Parts: sequence; C-alpha cells; structure tokens
Amino acid sequence: MLPKLFFGFLITVVAIFALLLVLVVVGGIVAGLLAPFLGNVPVSYNFRSIRARWTSTIVAVLGIAGTVGVFVAMLSLARGFKATLVASGSPDNALVMRAGSPSEMMGGVTLDSIKVIQDAPGIARGPNGPLVTQEVVGVMPVPLISTGTDANVQTRGVSPNVLEIRKFVKIEQGRMFHPGVSEIVVGKNASKTYSGLTVGNKIDMAGGHWEVVGVFDAGGSAFDSEIWCDSHVLNDILKRPSNIFQSVTVHLASTDSFKTLKDSLTSDPRLNVDVIREVDYYAKQSTTMTTLITWLGGFVAAIMAIGAIFGALNTMYSAVSERGREIATMRAVGFSTWNVILSFLFEALLISIVGGVIGCLAVLPLNGLTTSTMNFQTFSSIAFAFKITFKLLGLGLLFALVMGVLGGLLPAVRAAIRPVAVALREL
Amino acid sequence: MVKVDGSGSQSSLIQARDLDKTYRRGGEEIDVLQGLNLDVEAGEFVAFMGPSGSGKSTLLNLLGGLDVPTRGRITVAGDEITHMSSGRLTEWRARHVGFIFQMYNLIPVLTAFQNVELPLLLTKLSKAERRSHVETALGVVGLSDRMNHYPRQLSGGQEQRVTIARAIVSDPTFLLCDEPTGDLDRKSADDVMTIIEELVGRHHKTVLMVTHDPVVAARASSILHLDKGVLVEGKHTTPLTGAGGVA
Repeated sequence: MLPKLFFGFLITVVAIFALLLVLVVVGGIVAGLLAPFLGNVPVSYNFRSIRARWTSTIVAVLGIAGTVGVFVAMLSLARGFKATLVASGSPDNALVMRAGSPSEMMGGVTLDSIKVIQDAPGIARGPNGPLVTQEVVGVMPVPLISTGTDANVQTRGVSPNVLEIRKFVKIEQGRMFHPGVSEIVVGKNASKTYSGLTVGNKIDMAGGHWEVVGVFDAGGSAFDSEIWCDSHVLNDILKRPSNIFQSVTVHLASTDSFKTLKDSLTSDPRLNVDVIREVDYYAKQSTTMTTLITWLGGFVAAIMAIGAIFGALNTMYSAVSERGREIATMRAVGFSTWNVILSFLFEALLISIVGGVIGCLAVLPLNGLTTSTMNFQTFSSIAFAFKITFKLLGLGLLFALVMGVLGGLLPAVRAAIRPVAVALREL
Repeated sequence: MVKVDGSGSQSSLIQARDLDKTYRRGGEEIDVLQGLNLDVEAGEFVAFMGPSGSGKSTLLNLLGGLDVPTRGRITVAGDEITHMSSGRLTEWRARHVGFIFQMYNLIPVLTAFQNVELPLLLTKLSKAERRSHVETALGVVGLSDRMNHYPRQLSGGQEQRVTIARAIVSDPTFLLCDEPTGDLDRKSADDVMTIIEELVGRHHKTVLMVTHDPVVAARASSILHLDKGVLVEGKHTTPLTGAGGVA
C-alpha cells in the first residue's frame, strides 16, 4: 500500500514539474512570438500591473482555476469510465451475440450454435480445444461495505478456460473456480467494495450458496467489478434454460483472423449472429455514460465559465478604469490602439493561464482515484478511476485561455478606442 | 515671432489656420475655438493663458494631434496633421510631440528609467542606445541618481522632471506643456520652469505651454490669451538663446 502511495505521489510531483516545464517553454515561445505584435509595450508593465492589483487578480485567477478544475475533473471522469470499459476488450477477442442484440444482456445463443461457432475458422485452439467461452450475465444484489445497503453486482457465468481467452486476467488470491460447483471468483474492486467477497467466505446470492475461492485482477477493466462463476451453474441458479447462453467470446488465432471468422459465422445459414471485436463492443457500451458525463460536465463547466468570464471581465474592466490615465498617456506618447489591445489581452491571458495551471494542479491528485457508478447498459455498479492525461490538461489550459480572451477582449478594446483627449480631460 | 492674425510665413514650424472646434453636449453645440490662427517659429516658447473653459487645453490637444478640429488645418514641420488617419497621427505624435502634463501621468509600476524609456520602445534603437538616451535625458533634468526609483518614491517636482525627461528623450519637434506647474509648490515650479527655459535656451526646443499662473507665463518668450475662441497677443519677451542638443 505504502509503496503504491509513494509511487502515486512521485508521479504527481513529476507531472507537476513536467507541466510547469511545458508551461515555461510554451509561455516563452508564445511571448517571443507575440513580442513583435505587442508593439513593444513592456511585458514587465503587465506583470507589475497584475501585482499591483493582486486582490482582484486573485479573484479572477481562482474563478478560472475552479472552472478549469471542474472541466478537467469531469472529462477525466468520462475518460476513466471509457478507459475502464475499453480495457475490458482485447483486440485478439471477438464477441458473438444474437443478431440485433444491443448488448450481451439481451443476447441469446443456443448450445447448438456454440458448437458451430467452435468449429469456425480463425479461432485459436489450446490443448483442450478451441478457445471459446460461453457466457451468461446476471445482476445480483450484494451489500456495500461502506453503507451496508445492497448494490447490483454484475455476475458473469464463464467457461472454465476463460483465463486462456482473457489473458490479462490473473488470479491474485486463492484459485480459479472448479467447473460445475457453486464457487465464485471475484474482481479485486468487487472484493474491496462489497461485503463478504473475500477468499474463503460463503455467501447467499440469488438463491444459491456460494463460496468465494479466488480474487482476480483484470488490469483495471470493468471485469474488476464483476463476480465470475461457471456459466452452467449460473444458468441453473437463475433458472434459465441450460442450453442458452447470452454471448460467446472467442480468442482469435490472430488479430487479422477477425474478418475470416465474421464472414464464416454471418454467412452460415445455421446461425443468426452478429460478430464484433471485443474492444469495439466495450467502446460502444461506454458511449452512453461517457456522453452523459461529458455533457453534464460540459454544462457545469459552462455555467462556471460564465461566472469566471465575468470575474475576468470585472478584473480587466476595473484595470482599464483604474489605469485610464496610463492608457491615455501611452496613447499620447505614440502607442497605437493595437498595442494597447494586445497589451491588455496579454494581461488577461496571463491571469487566465495562471488560473488554468492552478486548476490543473488542483485536480491532478484525483488521477487514479477510484469511484463507481451505475453502468446503464448492465444496470450494475462499475468501479473506475479518474484518468487525467496530458491531453486533458492541455484542453484545460486551452479552456482557460478562451476564458481569458473572452474576459479580456472587451475591456482591452474599450481601453484602446477611448479618445485620448477625452480620457485625459476626464481624469 | 509668434503671429495670431494668419500672416505668418510658410516656414513657420507650427501653423494653424481658421481653426474651429465645436463640442456637442446634450444636444447643444459649444463653440470653443472660432477661426483661430497661429504661427510659431522653431525655438519659441509660447504661453497660452485664459480663463477656465476658454479652450486652452483644447488648442493644445489639437496642436498635439490628440484631437481633430471641426474645421481648419494645422501644419507642423510641413506635415498637415488635420487629415491624418488615427494610426498615422499616433506615429506622428511619437516622432514630433513631447507631452508634459499637469498630473505628470507617469506609469506607477515602472521606474523613472522605464517611464522615460517608453517613447523609445517605439523606435528601432538598440537597448544600449536607449539606455544612453534615457541617461542623457534624466541627466538634463538632474535626476541621474533617481533613475531606479518608482514615481511613488519621488516628490512632485521630481515626478514632473521625469515627465520632462520622457518628453524630450526622443528629441521631438516640439513640447506641449499643459499646466506643468499646476500641481507644484513655488520652489518646485521654479525648478521645473528653469529646466523648460534651458530646453528652449540651450537645446533650442520649441515649447507651447498652457498655464493659469502669470508668474510662470512671464517666463515664456510670448504670451497669448484665448478670448472667445480666438488668440489675442500679450507681451513679447526677448527670446532665450543657447546651444546644445538633448538626444
């Protein structure tokens, strides 16, 4: 536990330094590129003016930081959810479901069909035959450790050779279940989240008596939130027909074998199935939730952004009003309208970029933090981690810059176009 | 010689002809300047006097290219400025006009050196050349030892001297002073006027100054009164003479 925490801390510190380094380099390049257009209004003027009005600057910076923080956090949530589901799929696996089924929950593949599928070309074979797992999924209520209330856990009936098909899944504690008996192995997140899912424990679930014989690590994928058992046993417990399964996952002989397999299965008159790569299936499954989180996050961030833009506007308008005499003087001695606009815009961008960096740094510790939500495709709970990437941080900074431009442009234009003689006379 | 009857020669440094300036305030038109003529030769020191609202500052703004007349034309060193675009007028101001304001108008977050350097940032001078010019200008106003001070660390008189240094650093064609001693005590005012006199006498600068103070106005070579929108000649004094350049 401690080494993991230390490693996480180390990664965060390195990420902060990397971000600052990138910021300094990019800032230097941008300042260098902008210098000729700033029309020689000294950059030190902007830095010192910001420092002179530090109270209103802090308000604007915090507003932008909060908005960027929420923006990045929400996107990282959506990205984490998607990454968790997508990680469940392997490019070497294909999923076979009844034609037209939107998800495996709705699927139905008969045992006769499975026998045909097993003989299809393009499927890898192990010492005990074709690498095919026939699967059944159900949702079982299990009490949460945190609250004691029941939450839905996805329970997956699989073939005993499933670990040969999903090679990234490893038994972390205990052993794999034995075929034909009421034994379960549980994902590591499920074991930590739900009461009684520890090795050696016996639980009552869906009318059956189960023994937890192992905990598996599915590499951060959605399987980590599931319970696995023998598919025949699960069909029996759920009182479903013993010769119908919901989906079949096959391990391909090679990644390129997918087309061969798909063509073979979809053209076979004995079958009525769809064949999809496992990665594509899970990417599609994640769409509803990621879209929801992204839109919800976008909406919240947009509302906050309006507030932050008004904060920036207020700061820059007060700067313009406090420095009316300075601006008029600069215009009088020969600085152009364009010089003044760019100078004030540069100042607004400085404020916004500082806010953006603070916002990004503030949410960086969320990276890797695990949370859970309802997967609307399966109506079961799924654990996933915030996933903050450099691309997301870049987006956050870009968002901050957009707020800076929106908040700084109008005051900058107002500062620049005010007639000099009028501005000098009014002071 | 300063002339206000429109009879000046084409060689005058500053020439204003038939200047009108009308402001519109609340639907009412206020004629501030009406058919004003002015000819100023290079090296002259002219003081404009008149009651508040007589249009002294308006005239200064027009001559400095900060505002445009309603009618008439202004020519400075051969350039007619009345029909210049805003952008060209800005460039023209940077090259030809040095402004000295009553309230100094220094940038509070910049040092005296940086304030004086401001107009030079618009030129193609190198950093070393800029430094040399700024040091010379601050030397002329006797503030070589205050160049790293911020305006808040200077007295009113010193601030006004920094303003003068800023006005002369780019060696403009003429200086416009709007009540340069209006915010100063008598001693500081006297110091500032001595510097302005030196600029005219020793450095051959042309200075146009607005003031309420007859004592200050008396130090100019010519005094003109603004009355009902036109200029009326006051006294003429002996022009100051001297030699040397500023920058």
